[in-house]
Amino acid sequence: MQALTNKSIAVNRKPMTFWERLYLINIIKGMMITFKHMFKKQPTIRYPEQKREFSPVFRGLHVLNRDEEGRENCTACGLCAVACPAEAITMEAAERQEGEEHLYKEEKYAAKYEINMLRCIFCGLCEEACPKDAIYLSETFAPANYTRKGFIYDKNDLLIPNTLTNATALAKAKGVEA
Amino acid sequence: MTLLAFDWAFIIEKLILIVIIVFASLGIALYTTFGERKVAAILQDRPGPNRAGPFGLLQPLADGLKLIMKEEIIPNASSKWLFILGPGLAMTASLMTCAVIPWGTSLHLFGRTIELQIADVNIGILYVFAVVSMGVYGIMIGGWASNNKFSLMSALRAASQAISYEIAMGLALIALLMTTGSLSLKTIVADQVTGHYWNIVYQPLGFLIFFICAMAECNRTPFDLPEAENELNFGYHQEYSSMKLGFYLFAEYVNMIMSSAIMACMYFGGYDLPFFDESTVAPNIAAMIGVGTLLIKIVLFIFLFMWIRWTIPRFRYDQLMNLGWKKMIPLALLNMLLTGAIILSKL
Repeated sequence: MQALTNKSIAVNRKPMTFWERLYLINIIKGMMITFKHMFKKQPTIRYPEQKREFSPVFRGLHVLNRDEEGRENCTACGLCAVACPAEAITMEAAERQEGEEHLYKEEKYAAKYEINMLRCIFCGLCEEACPKDAIYLSETFAPANYTRKGFIYDKNDLLIPNTLTNATALAKAKGVEA
Repeated sequence: MTLLAFDWAFIIEKLILIVIIVFASLGIALYTTFGERKVAAILQDRPGPNRAGPFGLLQPLADGLKLIMKEEIIPNASSKWLFILGPGLAMTASLMTCAVIPWGTSLHLFGRTIELQIADVNIGILYVFAVVSMGVYGIMIGGWASNNKFSLMSALRAASQAISYEIAMGLALIALLMTTGSLSLKTIVADQVTGHYWNIVYQPLGFLIFFICAMAECNRTPFDLPEAENELNFGYHQEYSSMKLGFYLFAEYVNMIMSSAIMACMYFGGYDLPFFDESTVAPNIAAMIGVGTLLIKIVLFIFLFMWIRWTIPRFRYDQLMNLGWKKMIPLALLNMLLTGAIILSKL
């Protein structure tokens, strides 16, 4: 059979010499190697205190965006749900009533908007599909939870805080994100 | 103060000494488990346990608490009494060794001279050997009483390993005893303090053999065949839980400390601090310096044990027996012959 690479090394089957059979020299060589490792830099990141920097293209938890007047961008068109390969997004649309113009940007809005984080594969296709700039993937990941139900994020969990009415919460949310 | 022909102060003094030494040994053993994990971690570029307390210093207490809180399981098919006896025996045997180790010279307190040795038996080292070979009974009884194939196999391995390596250990020791001329550990150490060199200078080969055999007696890697996790599931303490398991694990560390202490005493001058004249300071301070020196030597030996453990893998069973019977025993015999010849030529 032809070898796939020319890197193969023939096995040395010479019987061990007396010194090799005593093991001692090789053991001391090995101990020197481990000794050197005592002074090496530890690659460990001490997690809760220290966090690994995410890459700039990291795709984390979803955010439902608002416009500059604090109104929800989402119009419940359903394109994100259609684009979602994991079928993690469900929504229910509702019509904007009189006097709700300060809450929703357009005449139609999402009354219910849920993402199942256990199904989601964080591919970001929803972000690409959205024609209204309503959904973005942030730089945090879903924290642990005790139940499966806890991973179904509804609108309250996803919507970013209102810039106008709740500036402190927004700042806090941004601080966590950073 | 003599009452009923007993020197009561002497008995109280010894009792206090026993309590201090036993608790100190247990305390050191507790922190040896921590040290083992830290050393392993550092050798493997990891930080090791660092969550419980500052630098993880409370970790051994947490480990101990966990072991105590665990459910105590005694298997139905086991021989109950032997099952309970096993860990107790292992622990007792490993702690009994500390009786003859000279921890220092002597303290002068309350007008009394307090020897820092529980018992200066004139056959000290023979006593150590007797007790150490008792230690294997703890493993054997535990392994047999568990009524588990793997435990039994591991107990058999432990027994054969202990027997094989005790011979070479004894032979290495005979050569040392020929040069010292005494079995008492106190005398052996005192000779090294007053003499020019430590015994390691006269007996380098003997020390090497003794060290390897001590490692085998303690069931440390590379000789940890009795508890080979991947072949025997866990070895002799597979069926054990809670503090009984803790006793077995702990006995291993106490054994390690005791064998380090004995090696320090016999080959490395015990409580002798080199290049330091003890007569220049007050006797009590000199004694405390001696105790500290011995402790440092013990710690260095323990570190060596750990360093070896985290460097090399376990021997195969045939390699173990080959090394024991075909390398260690002939070498020890050769060492003994050479020592004898040199002593004779000097007469």
